[in-house]
Amino acid sequence: MNFVFTSIIMFVFWILLSGEFHFLLMLSGIVFSLFVAYISHDLLIGSDNIRLFSTRMLRFCRYVPWLVWQILLANLDLVYRTLHPKMPIDPQVIRFDTALRSDIGITVLANSITLTPGTVTIVANQDGEFIVHAIARKPAKDLLAGEMQAKVKRVEG
Amino acid sequence: MVVTTIISYLFLAVGCFLIVVASIGIIRFPDVYSRIHPAGKSDTLGQAMIFIGLMIYEGLSFVSIKLLIIVIFIFITNPTATHALVNAAHAAGLKPWEKGDDRN
Repeated sequence: MNFVFTSIIMFVFWILLSGEFHFLLMLSGIVFSLFVAYISHDLLIGSDNIRLFSTRMLRFCRYVPWLVWQILLANLDLVYRTLHPKMPIDPQVIRFDTALRSDIGITVLANSITLTPGTVTIVANQDGEFIVHAIARKPAKDLLAGEMQAKVKRVEG
Repeated sequence: MVVTTIISYLFLAVGCFLIVVASIGIIRFPDVYSRIHPAGKSDTLGQAMIFIGLMIYEGLSFVSIKLLIIVIFIFITNPTATHALVNAAHAAGLKPWEKGDDRN
């Protein structure tokens, strides 16, 4: 099942990249997407089943608008801190544990922390241990308030 | 046609501005950990803005779909690369700069 799903995704990707519909191109697309899926069907979806994977993807799509908004805020914040003559930074390192355990949850949380205002993930591991570098006090406090964790938890389900 | 061109120019300008700011930040900030902030964030959005500008300029076609795919990959890979760099600094035992230390 993972194999079929991966090869369908690979074939759609092939069509998007090639943009042509000759018989020969389509045939080689099918052959190569089956080949790639055979090598890597346990990588894309992992050990999860398809249903879990697709519901997570759908819930992730609902998470994206909030993330984009946070990225815009992060950049405004960074432009301010960079161009301010006094450079208002007060870096600190914070540690916290999260209840997330799945690979996708931890990855999404770690990347979201890096992209959102004033924080960069230093360490993120399988046990849900996070070490984060914050550029000032306020971003650190916002992160520890746990809004983002709750949102990612909802994606993980 | 003119309107989409202007909007795409706007996106390109904002993207270039963000990348310039990221470069300034990399020079101005005091240590690796704080320098990684502009490198990880502004670069990601700056590149994405430039590609979105090109997408709007191009209109709906296979080219703009490819650009969209590039944007998605940048949003996945750029924070990951940032994390790898900063994790390497942490593993090497580098101490973060704190307020009141010398700037060098």
